[in-house]
Amino acid sequence: MRLIVNKIFLVLSVFSALIGLAFLAWILTTLFIKGLNSFHFALFLNDLVEGGLRNLIVGQMILAGLASLIGIPLGMAAGIYIQEYGRGKYADTIRDLSDIMMSAPSIVIGAFVYALVVVPTGGTSGFAGAIALAIMMLPVVINTTDNMLALVPRELREAGIALGASKYKVIVDIVIKAAKVGIMTGILLAFARIIGETAPLLFTSETSNYFSLDLTESFPSLTVSIYDLANEPEESSRDLAWAASFILTVLVLIINLSGRFITRNKK
Amino acid sequence: MPILNIKKFSFTYPGVDYPSLKNINLPIRRNKITALIGPSGCGKSTLLRSMNRIHDLYPGNKYEGKIEFTDDANNSSNILDIKKENEFIELRQKIGMIFQKPTPFPMSIFDNVAYGLKIAGIKNKTELADRVETALKGSALWSEVHDRLGKSAMGLSGGQQQRLCIARAVAVKPEVLLFDEPTSALDPISTGAIEELIVELKKDVSIAIVTHNMQQASRISDYTAFMYLGDLVEYDKTENIFLNPKEKQTEDYITGRFG
Repeated sequence: MRLIVNKIFLVLSVFSALIGLAFLAWILTTLFIKGLNSFHFALFLNDLVEGGLRNLIVGQMILAGLASLIGIPLGMAAGIYIQEYGRGKYADTIRDLSDIMMSAPSIVIGAFVYALVVVPTGGTSGFAGAIALAIMMLPVVINTTDNMLALVPRELREAGIALGASKYKVIVDIVIKAAKVGIMTGILLAFARIIGETAPLLFTSETSNYFSLDLTESFPSLTVSIYDLANEPEESSRDLAWAASFILTVLVLIINLSGRFITRNKK
Repeated sequence: MPILNIKKFSFTYPGVDYPSLKNINLPIRRNKITALIGPSGCGKSTLLRSMNRIHDLYPGNKYEGKIEFTDDANNSSNILDIKKENEFIELRQKIGMIFQKPTPFPMSIFDNVAYGLKIAGIKNKTELADRVETALKGSALWSEVHDRLGKSAMGLSGGQQQRLCIARAVAVKPEVLLFDEPTSALDPISTGAIEELIVELKKDVSIAIVTHNMQQASRISDYTAFMYLGDLVEYDKTENIFLNPKEKQTEDYITGRFG
C-alpha cells in the first residue's frame, strides 16, 4: 500500500513539474522564434525613430548603471550596519523594513518616486528613473550583504581584533573579503532584477525615441518602449517589441548565469 | 615579577546577574607556559579572553579587580583601565591570541603574516619580507610554504593554517601569547607539531594556554591552574598539580573522576 502511495505521489510531482516546465519552455520558444524573426543586427545601430533599438539599450543600461551606483554602496553600507554595528531593536527594524521593501510592488515604488521626485522637479527624467530602480535594488543588496556577512565566522573577526586591527579595518580588510563572492552574487541578482523592470520607470523616466544622455529629461528605456510598442496597432512596432523582449531576456539570462558561475567557481 | 598579575578579578557577562569568574588571583610568569584547565563552563576561556580584552568586541561586560601587565620595558599598567582605541591596539600587539579553529584571513599567506605588521605601521617592503620570513621560520612553516607565499592561505591544511596563525601572531613580536585550545580541531600529528612550537616559543614570549587535554597541559606547561565553576581552585607548578594536588577537586578532575 505504501509503495503505491509512493508511486502515485512521484507521478503527480513529476507531472506538475512537467507542466510548469512546459509553460516556461513555451514562453521561451515563442520569445525566441518571434524575437529572432524580427531580430536584425541593424537594430543595434539605429535609434527607435529610425526603427532600431540602439538608444533604448544604451538608455536602459545607463539607468541601471546609475541605479547601481546609488543602490549598491547604500545597500552595502546598510547591510554592514545592521550586521556589524547595529544592535537590538533599531537594527531589527531596518532589517524588517528591508524585507517588506523586497516584496513592495514595483508600481508602488514608481508612484512614490513620481510624487517625491517627478512632481517637485517638474517632469519625468532619467534621474527619477534611476532613483526608482535604485530603491528597487536596495532591499536585495541589503539582504544579501546582511546574510553573507552573518556567515563569516565570529572567530575571524576576533582574530583581526586580536592582532590590533580596529573594527573598521577588520570589516573592510577581512570580513567583506571573506563574504565577497556571496555579496557579488547578490549584487548581480539585484542588477538582473532592475534591468528588466518596467513599472518603476513608467512614470519616472518614461522613454524617448531619440538617443539621449541628458538625465534631466525623459530618458530612453527598453522596457517602457516594449510596453508602448506592444500597444501600437502596426505589425512592425509589435515585431520590434518582440525583438526588444528577446534582447532583454538574453541580457537578464546572461547576468543570472554569470552570477551562478561566479558562485560555483569561487566557493 | 610576573608579566601578567591577575588580582581579585571578577567578570560578568552582559544580561547575567552572577559573575562567571569570581575573585581570581593568578600570575602568568615570564617566559613560562601557564596552562588553564578545568571542565567546560569553568571560565578558563573567559579568563584568557579577559587578558587581551577581546570580550570588549561585545558590549556590556563587567570587569572588577585588576590585571596588571608589566611589559619587558618594566612599565606596569592595569589592562582593565584601557578605554581608548589606540591603547587597545597597543595592548593587542603586545598580547597576541591564537584561537581554537584556525583563522586564516581570506588573503595570501604572505599578507596573512604581514597583516599585523602593517597595522603596526611597518610599510618598508624589505622589512616586511624579512619579518614575514622570520615569523614563518619561527613557526616551522617556512620550508612548506616559501615557494607559494602569494597563494591563498585557505589552501593550507588545518595544521598548517594554525601554524600560520601562530606566525601571524609572532610576527608583531608580542610579549604574551594566549592560546585558546589551539589543537582541539587538529589531528594528533599536527597537535604534536603545535605543542613543540609552543614550547619553542617560550624563549621569547610568555604563554597562557587553555586546554581540555590534561596530557597536553602536563606535557608542555610549567605552571597549571585548575578552575571550577568560575573559581580558581588551585595553582601550582605543573608537576605538583598532577602528582601531588592539594585540593580534592583538583585530584578528582585530573584522575578523571569528573569533568
